[in-house]
Amino acid sequence: MKRSGWFSRTALILGLGFLYVPIMSMIVYSFNNSRLVTVWDSANSPTLRWYFELFRNEQILSAAWLSIKVAALAATGAVVLGTLAGVALARFGPFRGRTLLSGLATAPLVMPEVITGLSLLLLFVALEQAIGWPQGRGMLTITLAHITFTMAYVTVVVQSRLTGFDDSLEEAAMDLGARPATVFFRITLPLIAPAIISGWLLAFTLSWDDLVIAQFVAGPGSSTLPMVIFSKVRLGVSPDVNALATIMVLIVAIGVVVAALLMRRRERRREREVQAATAANL
Amino acid sequence: MRPEPLDPWRDPKAEPYVRIEGVTKKFGDFVAVNDVSLEIYRGEIFCLLGGSGSGKTTLLRMLAGFEQPTAGRIVIDGQDMTGIPPYDRPVNMMFQSYALFPHMTVEKNIAFGLEQERLPKGEIAARVAEILEIVKMTPYAKRKPHQLSGGQRQRVALARALVKRPKLLLLDEPLGALDKKLREHTQFELINIQERLGVTFIVVTHDQEEAMTLASRIGVMNHGTIAQVGTPTEIYEFPANRFVADFIGSVNMFEGRLVEDEPDYVRVESPELGATIYVSHGISSPPDARVWVAIRPEKIAISRERPDAQENVARGVVREVAYMGDLSIYLVQIDSGKMVRVTQPNITRHADGRITWDEAVYLSWDPTSPVVLTQ
Amino acid sequence: MSVQGGRVGRRLVVAVPYLWLLLFFLVPFVIVLKISFSEVRLAMPPYAPLLEWTGDRLAAIRINFENYSYLFTDPLYVSAYLYSLKVAAVSTVLCLLIGYPMAYAIARAPGTWRSVLLMLVILPFWTSFLLRVYAWIGLLRNNGLINNALMALGIIDEPITMMQTDFAVYVGIVYAYLPFMILPLYANLEKHDPMLLEAAADLGARPITAFLRITLPLSVPGIVAGSLLVFIPAVGEFVIPSLLGGADQLMIGRVLWDEFFSNRDWPVASAVAIVMLLLLVVPIMLFQRFERRELEERA
Repeated sequence: MKRSGWFSRTALILGLGFLYVPIMSMIVYSFNNSRLVTVWDSANSPTLRWYFELFRNEQILSAAWLSIKVAALAATGAVVLGTLAGVALARFGPFRGRTLLSGLATAPLVMPEVITGLSLLLLFVALEQAIGWPQGRGMLTITLAHITFTMAYVTVVVQSRLTGFDDSLEEAAMDLGARPATVFFRITLPLIAPAIISGWLLAFTLSWDDLVIAQFVAGPGSSTLPMVIFSKVRLGVSPDVNALATIMVLIVAIGVVVAALLMRRRERRREREVQAATAANL
Repeated sequence: MRPEPLDPWRDPKAEPYVRIEGVTKKFGDFVAVNDVSLEIYRGEIFCLLGGSGSGKTTLLRMLAGFEQPTAGRIVIDGQDMTGIPPYDRPVNMMFQSYALFPHMTVEKNIAFGLEQERLPKGEIAARVAEILEIVKMTPYAKRKPHQLSGGQRQRVALARALVKRPKLLLLDEPLGALDKKLREHTQFELINIQERLGVTFIVVTHDQEEAMTLASRIGVMNHGTIAQVGTPTEIYEFPANRFVADFIGSVNMFEGRLVEDEPDYVRVESPELGATIYVSHGISSPPDARVWVAIRPEKIAISRERPDAQENVARGVVREVAYMGDLSIYLVQIDSGKMVRVTQPNITRHADGRITWDEAVYLSWDPTSPVVLTQ
Repeated sequence: MSVQGGRVGRRLVVAVPYLWLLLFFLVPFVIVLKISFSEVRLAMPPYAPLLEWTGDRLAAIRINFENYSYLFTDPLYVSAYLYSLKVAAVSTVLCLLIGYPMAYAIARAPGTWRSVLLMLVILPFWTSFLLRVYAWIGLLRNNGLINNALMALGIIDEPITMMQTDFAVYVGIVYAYLPFMILPLYANLEKHDPMLLEAAADLGARPITAFLRITLPLSVPGIVAGSLLVFIPAVGEFVIPSLLGGADQLMIGRVLWDEFFSNRDWPVASAVAIVMLLLLVVPIMLFQRFERRELEERA
């Protein structure tokens, strides 16, 4: 294996530093007693003061709960729709309207959020005028909006996983007597299960994280967590946001590390088995 | 010796098992299969042989039901297959990539097709066990495909298709993914299993050696049409046209003009050879017609002295010698300037005395050896 | 595959996401377009209908181009568009300059390290975007970490003003979008056959030449994909400039936001969105072409 030169290795270390210093600073200062965030109060720190304040903050807690509900619903909806779209694009060959579908399915990946947010709000307003649904704006409209912009990610993940598999797997199942529905549930779905899981997690994270679209389509009284954080930090730095950030980073880090370890273990086992199989063959 | 039963394709009373009637398949403007008709009999191993783009795979996929013919129809065991989806056909396929389901064990892969027939659990288990025994994969029943070697995967794919007891088994390049040694071994295993189970096989391959060893008959395909149908011997020794002669094995082709055409012999005058060729069998062709004479390299003798015969002799100089181990290939430039390919078995181990570079030699052949082709 | 059975099922599989995207993605743009031609008025919703019944059965269509002419006469909008394009372009170049060597180093790292390094790049992406941008406030403020550190080291005597400057916006965008540049670049660089560089060396090319003549041209698809993934959303970016940027020069996302939420002028906000979309139509289509080609290559 050819090693990279000193230049790119230095760039990598500096770049990772650039990515992680801000996150680290939030974590460190979340244990700082001073309200003046950047002034380290060494007499009374480290402290869990901001964590306690965070858990007493009704507004943040209820916003977090709303965000969790919206994210879970949106991710589930996005997985269903995105999987259908991904399967259609990867497996149905050319059909009428395929180009438009593939365009519609990937455009939300890069569409500026302000445009998506504005257009969805105008849709909801127009719909309410025309048919009286959805009545007002709140959790329902946020969820619908989030399904729409996160399903693109699921579509891409599912489509790219499916194109990695030979069509002949599904053909073989059909050749062995399985009807299309059986083929989907017994062959296609198990094959794309990892893509569906990572698509769901991705959609959940994106929904959980979204400020701009939610701000447009949310009604009064339905504030998601990013909306609450945004209105807080707009007024300046606030130490309990540091504590909140630390908790979120911790959850994600644990999740990612556990997932990576599990995948690594499976990979290792698989490699050993493949080696054993080829050895037996020689 | 016991008399062989008449080959079904020579028996006028035999009923074909698979009938392909004037089948055409177009993809847009591209004609993949062009008006192909074939009759295949029960218990045959029929090989569709052709290069890439010859239409052989498309024809196979139409038999399986993955593609519908643009025109014509396919009849299997008296049943018209038009409009019948793959999952309702009495036909199974072994895919080139094997298409083993990666998330199922060997056992589950094989059971999958039987489960679709909603057979009782006990019967499924019994039939899976039986077929595993036949393909000698019983010890690997609980493994997943990625834990198997290439040869083992091939046998699982075969078992998965055979366990359904299809009327017709389609094999797409069945040995293509195996290395050379394993391929020879597997060829004979495949024939054994076929004879034991009596299933009709249709095999698609681009490998002529594979077709020669496996097939009862071969259909050579070119540009979506059938160039010739025949037993391996017929295809090799009596090619019907220049394409088949050239595609199967190697051949020396001399263009010429028919000068004598009698019932038991013909003479062809070939400027390319610089002489006339005497062929001891008749053909039916108008006199003076343009013809091609094909002679296989192993049917040409090479010698330093001029042979006694008056005809079917050419003089030349050895330009290249390639030692292949079992035989040597000579490229001889004859007086007309044309290069002729000759192969000679290496009967002795010693190299001394063998004909070598730049030697003047005579080439000769038996009047029964050349084949006269009119197209 | 042309199988007769399951036609209904297949239609359904296509139709459900199709209808959803038509209703929630395509139709909204039509509505935005429609409203961008209406007049603002004090009502809910705050715009006049295009189609109005005029007593007898005639319907009058009133198309109003004023919102657009307004965009091009008021220098605020033109300069906001130009500024957004500039910020997005500069940020994209910066992301490329920082991200390329990083992606290259990861792609060339030994196997066990590669997945760890890749995970380190992806990890921030899974944590809150908003909070990561917010973290920079604490670093960039006058009494923030960077100024404090520099003053403690005696490099500067007075704090440097970094917050609410262009610099802060660039830092924020590059920081937030860097993973989007690195991932496609890595996916491309990782596929390169190391034998190509050995062949180049064997033919007498020094490492620099081999990089410029072999690696760089081969990585163009990765560069284009990464650049578009950064550039397009950055043009409409709202959160970063409103948290880190100043008030004297606004990005177009911020302008749209203010038109909508502060001025409640929905028609102008719609016109702003339509013009932004027109600016981005070419890059978006380019992105989709690359995306499709990438998928086809895998197949």
